[in-house]
Amino acid sequence: MPGELTIKIAGEAGQGMQSVGTALGQVFRQAGLNIFATQDFMSRIRGGNNFFQISISSTPLLAPRQKCDILVALDKGSIPLHRATLTARGKLIMDQKKFGITEAAENYFDVPYYDLAEKIGGGELFINSVASGVLAGITRLKFDFVRQALKKIFNNKSQEIIDKNLAAAKAGYDFAVGNYKTEEFAVKQLPIQESLVMNGHDALALGAIRAGCKFYSAYPMSPSTSIMENLASLGRDFGIVVEQAEDEIAAINMVIGASYTGVRSMAATAGGGFALMVEGFSLAGMLETPIVIVDAQRPAPATGFPTRTEQADLEFLIHAGHGEFARAIFAPGTIEQAFYLTVKAFNLAEKYQIPVLIMTDQYLADSYRNVEKFDLGQAMVKRYRLSKEESTKITNYKRYQLTDTGVSPLAVPSWINDVVYADSDEHTEEGHITEDGEIRKQMVAKRLFKKMAGLSAEIEKPEVFNVAGAEVVMIGFGSTYGVIKEAAEALVQKRIGFIHLSQVWPFPGKAMEVLLKDVKKVVTVENNASAQLANVLRRETGIKVTRSILKYDGRPFDLDELITALQKES
Amino acid sequence: MVEAKDFLSKDPVAWCPGCGDFGIHNAVKKALVKLGKRPQDILLVSGIGQAAKLPHYVKANCFNGLHGRALPPAVAAKIANRELTVIVTTGDGDCYGEGGNHFIHNIRRNVDITVVVHDNQIYGLTKGQASPTTGQGQVTKVQVNGVILEPVQPLALAIALGAGFVARGFSGDPDHLSTLIVAGVQHRGFALIDVLQPCVSFNKVNTYDWYNKRVYKIDSDKTYDPGQRVAAFQKALEWGDKIPLGIIYQTEKETYEDKSGLNKRPPLILEEIENIDISKILAEFT
Repeated sequence: MPGELTIKIAGEAGQGMQSVGTALGQVFRQAGLNIFATQDFMSRIRGGNNFFQISISSTPLLAPRQKCDILVALDKGSIPLHRATLTARGKLIMDQKKFGITEAAENYFDVPYYDLAEKIGGGELFINSVASGVLAGITRLKFDFVRQALKKIFNNKSQEIIDKNLAAAKAGYDFAVGNYKTEEFAVKQLPIQESLVMNGHDALALGAIRAGCKFYSAYPMSPSTSIMENLASLGRDFGIVVEQAEDEIAAINMVIGASYTGVRSMAATAGGGFALMVEGFSLAGMLETPIVIVDAQRPAPATGFPTRTEQADLEFLIHAGHGEFARAIFAPGTIEQAFYLTVKAFNLAEKYQIPVLIMTDQYLADSYRNVEKFDLGQAMVKRYRLSKEESTKITNYKRYQLTDTGVSPLAVPSWINDVVYADSDEHTEEGHITEDGEIRKQMVAKRLFKKMAGLSAEIEKPEVFNVAGAEVVMIGFGSTYGVIKEAAEALVQKRIGFIHLSQVWPFPGKAMEVLLKDVKKVVTVENNASAQLANVLRRETGIKVTRSILKYDGRPFDLDELITALQKES
Repeated sequence: MVEAKDFLSKDPVAWCPGCGDFGIHNAVKKALVKLGKRPQDILLVSGIGQAAKLPHYVKANCFNGLHGRALPPAVAAKIANRELTVIVTTGDGDCYGEGGNHFIHNIRRNVDITVVVHDNQIYGLTKGQASPTTGQGQVTKVQVNGVILEPVQPLALAIALGAGFVARGFSGDPDHLSTLIVAGVQHRGFALIDVLQPCVSFNKVNTYDWYNKRVYKIDSDKTYDPGQRVAAFQKALEWGDKIPLGIIYQTEKETYEDKSGLNKRPPLILEEIENIDISKILAEFT
């Protein structure tokens, strides 16, 4: 896109692409630019090929680009893998001597990273810092930005490490300023805007903290683990107990136990871990215990692609659990939504005493950009348990008291003047085992119909863009928001609109019927193979889509490929 | 002061006449009276099985969850509100079979809960298949040629894993069992009480008579020191003609609540959660 610059840094796992990337993000932020960064990594700790890609622009960016203007190859193997992704004006940066390259010098910019790192007394651990200096030099930004960025990134390291990284970056910077003669990648500095830089799982963890989550249990599983790490580190000052469970079955059962006792609780996992949690998910439905579960999706079945992305758990989550009970499923499309919807998920879980799911994926989890400061007034805790004061008056408590809304008063054990029976068997209003058919029917209605009626009345509104009079309307859910929005904006003259669902259950069927009434062509855009959203849409509304643009290679959509796919529509 | 009637549940009991669960039920109620806590300050947690019905027959808070999953919600409940007295009533299938992984790791976790395992060496609720503790050679409707798997030795397993309180009771002696339950609750940390219990319907081998001929109380042996781990391990392996009852092993250990700092702060349920100020951590993202 014009007015943008995309930089890709590729190398082996362990070469520190992430550190350069983070440093660059800081540098460009200080220069007042908008950033959008993605990471692509293999399921290994050393070797292989990973890359980090960052785009910068004076206008906000929401999606990855297919091509890069600058490719920094930190190892020889990256050159054949990524060279074809350079734009027409694109420039490859590499270490000619180190990689033993013989081709003509005008095809690339030769930077002796290894020699430069060696000269400052560092060695190959420091080539990533050399690279960050080179990139700041080529883009003609002040070295001071690099200094600030590296100091921030290495603030928990020794002074010696910080100094060496700074020296390495300075060597790269001076080399680039001295040897890269053209101004083609010079970046125009802008006034810095106040914003936050984070990824989807940072935002989700912050949302959980804000929502009053006090107990978190999970078993490590990519790409969900960053939520656990965030809550363990960021949550420390908020008294959040983070307990690494022996398996996902334990995790969800612990979360339910903590919630029964009166605290807001959450677990996160990927699809495979959620498969293990499904029985517990059903238990939460039966016990009417509020819990929040995150499914950070990755390509499956089974182990699949552990470090890559997919949106193929939609139907799984809608149907997960034996038996019939109410649930809500959020599918945040942006980093901001990951924050606000997590707060909403906790409130809704407690209001209806149900399990609430949040679906993310590796792409949403790991990509980051600058976002507007959160409005905490829009992220307020709403409580629905009996307060300590109210509890003192409660005697003859019926945990599953039948009500018009299906929601019974939710007591905190030990606060009321009675006891709380919670039972996974079919139970009476008191919570004792029963085999009475009439009670069974009333309890099913309570857990399913009545609660779904309430939930359906407050579904998160789909976000709508240029739908009135559109030729084509794209529909997406979850993490494809950014790419769909940018594609619709790029194709505004072709009258392509979009609808994005950030809540997929209860399905906003009525809203979709109204929105799609006069639309000729409906196209879903999904990171899965079987067009799951299109199937749900048809089942819930009878609306049949014209076609679905599907991607299931484990990679997120990039803007260019979606635009190309949409060109075929008109 | 609490009395037996304070723990009276209105729920009708659904066990077979003569079931060993009645003895355990009596012992639990006696222990609760001795402990002197209000019903609303006690939480009984169970999974699925005949043992798992017990919480319904006592007036106290009850969490009757999934088969094999009694321990995870029990420890989480204690973590969330450490002022609750948490007692798990589970069975040999629930705790050592379906829930085996949780048994292992919750001993390591050492949250201050008491686990009473109704060990009838058979699956009662599913009508008579082998449990993890069924003796080798015992014929069932599924193990038609006799059980070929080695039985789990729960006490030895618990001692090996580092449990701080390991005891064995007998449902035929509710008074003695109630003293073990009281001691288990008073012990700080994970307390295991494996309770020998006849299943009058499905276990025709391990009957009242079979147990009565074999059990003896180690409390009467003044030379036995339950503080010695290796000796306790040896005692835990004793099975056959003579089966020891009593506290096999006990040692003071730091609990999860001690090590995590939970004991130094008010229970989690008292934390104020409205309008939590996250501006300081948001600043880390600028």
